[in-house]
Amino acid sequence: MTDMAILYRGVSKVYPDGTTAVDHLDLDIPAGSLTVFVGPSGCGKTTSLRMLNRMVEPTSGTVEINGQDVSSIPAAKLRRSMGYVMQQSGLLPHRTVEDNIATVPRLNGVSKRTARADARQLLASVGLDESLATRYPAQLSGGQQQRVGVARALAADPPILLMDEPFSAVDPVVRQDLQRELLDLQKRLHRTIVFVTHDIDEAVLLGNRVAVFARGGRLAQYTTPEELLRAPADDFVADFIGRDRGFRSLGFDSATVALQPVAAIVSGTGERILLGPGMRDGATGDGGTDDGGAAAGRVAPWQSAAATDPDWLLVVDERRHPLGWLPVSATGEPAPSDQLRVGGTLWHDGDSLRTALDAALSSPSGQAVAVNGDGSVAGVVPGGDVMRAIEEQRSARYDRPEHP
Amino acid sequence: MNWLTNNWHTVLDLAGAHLVQSVLPVVLGLLVSVPLARLAAGSRWLRPLLVTGSSLLYTIPSLTLFVVLPLVLGTRMTSVVNVIVALTLYVVAILVRSCVDAFESLDRDVLQAATAMGYRPARRFFGVELPLAVPVMVAGLRVATVSNISMVSVGAVIGIQSLGTLFTDGLRRSIVAEILVGIVATVLIAVVLDQLLRLLGQVLTRWQRPGTGAREAGGRRRRDTRGPGRTAGGARDATGALAAVESGGARA
Repeated sequence: MTDMAILYRGVSKVYPDGTTAVDHLDLDIPAGSLTVFVGPSGCGKTTSLRMLNRMVEPTSGTVEINGQDVSSIPAAKLRRSMGYVMQQSGLLPHRTVEDNIATVPRLNGVSKRTARADARQLLASVGLDESLATRYPAQLSGGQQQRVGVARALAADPPILLMDEPFSAVDPVVRQDLQRELLDLQKRLHRTIVFVTHDIDEAVLLGNRVAVFARGGRLAQYTTPEELLRAPADDFVADFIGRDRGFRSLGFDSATVALQPVAAIVSGTGERILLGPGMRDGATGDGGTDDGGAAAGRVAPWQSAAATDPDWLLVVDERRHPLGWLPVSATGEPAPSDQLRVGGTLWHDGDSLRTALDAALSSPSGQAVAVNGDGSVAGVVPGGDVMRAIEEQRSARYDRPEHP
Repeated sequence: MNWLTNNWHTVLDLAGAHLVQSVLPVVLGLLVSVPLARLAAGSRWLRPLLVTGSSLLYTIPSLTLFVVLPLVLGTRMTSVVNVIVALTLYVVAILVRSCVDAFESLDRDVLQAATAMGYRPARRFFGVELPLAVPVMVAGLRVATVSNISMVSVGAVIGIQSLGTLFTDGLRRSIVAEILVGIVATVLIAVVLDQLLRLLGQVLTRWQRPGTGAREAGGRRRRDTRGPGRTAGGARDATGALAAVESGGARA
């Protein structure tokens, strides 16, 4: 880690009224990393971020970027060398989307024509249609505005991106997309990104490293997200991470759980099939909904399979995509289709244990439904198996330090 | 209407003079008010000083000002300059306040974003603050213009030619038609200028479209009933479609 892009050295910010916003901050941010500043409001995370582009000047200490003290660089020049994305996108409402994106290149003296052409290309890279180029910000949805904000920050091709709670004002679904796209973007562009959020989930999801700030501007912990969840430095951090800490940390263990076959019924045709490992897709039982005993007799080969839960039938469509679960009566008769229970979350093989556990917990039958890449059912995992896998991971992890 | 057909030339001349005397002060007043207001906006001591000071200016009766100004400026009593200076002061009285409001209504996030992108103060003022202050400013400008048009007439009392001359002359000679023409012409000029300013404001604030569901960027939103039915509707559809694409990636 010799390549540090950003260094804070004993940086403090005390306001004239005596409030300490940042208290002796020492922090090294490696080049090409996505570092998240997280903490409750008023903990100095945004103040620390704004010291990077001199929107805030520290009262003591130095901030260095690529070995240069920022206070020695003219503010406007420094700011143009970094992308900046803020919560409400901060787009200039009187400029069209393309002109907004072209802002910094235009300030740097690039011709309007070139800057606009580049802006249109950037639109595509943040997942927006080029037809939006001539719209005004007020004509865009919140998510689209945020995307334009990201495109604008990237327009001058800056090595450093500052993001100040960029996704906190958009709805959760869009936020999830934006987060995923930011990670994709980072994979392609390898910028040094400093990202401020108050949402620990977002911090853990996005960050290569997470800096947790405590009230009073104290840096409480600075480490990888994985370590943060497993070994919070103090009570404040543990408290801030919250109750679901254990559950969240499962997000870093990819699951190796054996899939099991599941009895399924095809919606529409009522055909009963067995899906899962060892079953060729489309292996059929037979004519579905006739008398339970007879059906059980004919499907005898699967009866031995552990996952053939007589209490629930997984309902799939003709492409074998899961639709939900149907309870099966004592006689083996599936309930009428209007009693379909919408299924839980889905799990792809190789996803984290957290996803697997969530899939099991949210499934009416208590079995996590695993799907293939194309969305068809790959099998099920009973909740108990997921718990066993978690237990194995845990003992494996805590065994290591005990055997030096 | 016989009077008008015989005197339309005079009426046109007077209308021209009236126009100059009312519009020129608006332009001059605007040039004075904008920098003053920008300095005052957000300033703890300059703001009350300038806003209260300019409001006091407005309490001076116009006739007094017309009479006192020649003494101060050393102009002749009947000089147009007196009217122009006096009305400029009134425009400043109205505009300083509304320009301060305009600058203070600016979205702080937008200004911060502009600074964070590397705008220097002067460029930020002309490139961001001024254009965004237009909606609130235009409102003040319309009030100042219309009030000016009515006040110019007062100058006629001390012999400065304007449409007001039609009132003084008509009263003295008891020509009702002349007074009526004066009233109609004044109202006409006021309405036309007001509408021109409204249009100008609309052109300068095309970015403020109604019905797009976005937050307002300061100032009031004007309902534009003429053109944008098609454009705005189309915009909304396309935006909706994109929003659908946006959320399309969400997991089932």
